[in-house]
Amino acid sequence: MSALAGTMRHARYVIGENPVTGLAFALFVIIVFVALLGQHVAPIDPLASDTAVALQPPSPHHWFGTDQLGRDIFSRVVVATRLDFGIAVASVALVFVMGGLAGVAAGFFGGWTDRVVSRIADTIMAFPLFVLAMGIVAALGNNVVNIVIATAVVNFPLYARVARAEANVRRETGFVEAARLSGNSEAQILVLQVLPNVLPILVVQMSLTMGYAILNAAGLSFIGLGVRPPTAEWGIMVAEGAGFMVSGEWWIAFFPGAALMIAVFCFNLLGDGLRDIVDPRRRT
Amino acid sequence: MAIPSLIGVVIVTFLLTRALPGDPAAYFAGPAATREAIEQVRANLGLDRPLPEQFLRYVRDLARGDLGRSLTTGQPVVSEIRTRLPASAELTLLGLAVAMLIAVPLGILAATRPGSLVDHACRVVATAGVSLPVFFTGLILVYVFYYRLGWAPPPLGRLDIFYSPPPAVTGFYLIDSLLAGQPETFIASLRQLLLPALTLAIFSLAPIARMTRASMLAVLSSDFVRTARASGLASSTVVVTYAFRNALLPVITTLGMVFSFLLGANVLVEKVFAWPGIGSFAVEALIAADFAPVQGFVLTMAVLYVLLNLLIDVLYGWIDPRVRIEA
Repeated sequence: MSALAGTMRHARYVIGENPVTGLAFALFVIIVFVALLGQHVAPIDPLASDTAVALQPPSPHHWFGTDQLGRDIFSRVVVATRLDFGIAVASVALVFVMGGLAGVAAGFFGGWTDRVVSRIADTIMAFPLFVLAMGIVAALGNNVVNIVIATAVVNFPLYARVARAEANVRRETGFVEAARLSGNSEAQILVLQVLPNVLPILVVQMSLTMGYAILNAAGLSFIGLGVRPPTAEWGIMVAEGAGFMVSGEWWIAFFPGAALMIAVFCFNLLGDGLRDIVDPRRRT
Repeated sequence: MAIPSLIGVVIVTFLLTRALPGDPAAYFAGPAATREAIEQVRANLGLDRPLPEQFLRYVRDLARGDLGRSLTTGQPVVSEIRTRLPASAELTLLGLAVAMLIAVPLGILAATRPGSLVDHACRVVATAGVSLPVFFTGLILVYVFYYRLGWAPPPLGRLDIFYSPPPAVTGFYLIDSLLAGQPETFIASLRQLLLPALTLAIFSLAPIARMTRASMLAVLSSDFVRTARASGLASSTVVVTYAFRNALLPVITTLGMVFSFLLGANVLVEKVFAWPGIGSFAVEALIAADFAPVQGFVLTMAVLYVLLNLLIDVLYGWIDPRVRIEA
């Protein structure tokens, strides 16, 4: 309990020291709130088109204006939060499990497990990551699930390497030796002793890669992969508004793009702040 | 170093080809094909053979420079990529050059004046740069510089239609137009290039600036810099000749990651600016469910990336002889 209290005090100190982290956390809460309740918050049906009010600039009635089909952009941006956030969370959770387990096993067991995991990570790193994600989605099929998988795969090396390094350091530590001497099997030690110690660092990795995951997914849907119109999603909304930029209807692409930017910015700041709390040594 | 990566890249691209949804033979035979025709295609493509043999065939085709044919254009993928590669390369390299020109001085200034306005600016740029979706930055630049200010030409490819491309020597319009002595074409293609290159630069300058700052800070606090200062050398001599040369090494190492960013972002930027490079080629093929160009594109990008990393390693050894001795 006292350890928890200590962590809380440290967290309060870090947030007090760096108000930007506090701001990012507040933003994060808002994003989660909108993602959960978006359907009920949106004032107008995001799919309802009304050509009578097509291409209207922002006004008190349509805060973010309307698109070429007269759909309310504010409602679409709000509703899209759930899909974008969901894709990012799902892919980060997937790679957290895959990369975390593989990396911890590689660092703890060494030997061929290590060689296989490291070789896979190296091979993925040999590709420009966005290009590999495109290739994976093209090969597995053009849908949202595969966007999640592709985003998870390109992040795999980051997780596997961090987990491997952290598990490797703890391989011969006192508490692991003690567990071994008390008759625990290697698998038990891995799951019950090593993994819990590596988790905080992996959680930081999650928040650091969350921003990249959203960017990656939105980038894929911007080039027409995964999400299909008329679904509301930030990347595809920017793509739909792209053609109107040259004729001056800036609001169609601007608001979804700005929402995307704010979300990524928030996750990156939060990741930095969380790293300061969990691992003060790596502070830059 | 590069050989295992190349082998890994070839294996992965092969697996991606074989993981195509549905039956590739039925796909390549077309929707109206009979059962016999599909079997015929299967035999022609070698898809009835065991997987290892298919892999050997794939490698043999690669060695011959055969990446298959595009279904939509009917052209061999290799020739299409070869004609489009210079457009992408010119854009990417100029983007990198702009990023270096902004990020390296910014990083140095931030490191020599910690806590100053420049230092804070450097941190903001570094965090904002990686948070901006590259297609969004591109569109904003188009809106401001083309629609609002009218300074930039319309975002429609490499050259305005009033100009004809310069005779191809390198495939880089900037160089070719100078070689052919056509200054107007040079200016026109530079104008087309500036916005997309700037978009790429904004996206990729963050890691360079961050790394330059960190490594300059480390070097500036080292003993030899203190000695150089104590000997009464001018501050600029110390920073540029003594510190910067030593701080350059970690910056060169980050270039590997920067290229991963650049090559990926390139695809998005090409779509925004209708740039006729290999990225937009792959995107068009993806939309048309035409897989051979996509695979050729992924393979080309990966091979380029591995080679660039090799080049970075060589460069590293050239700048720092200690690395060579260890190796």
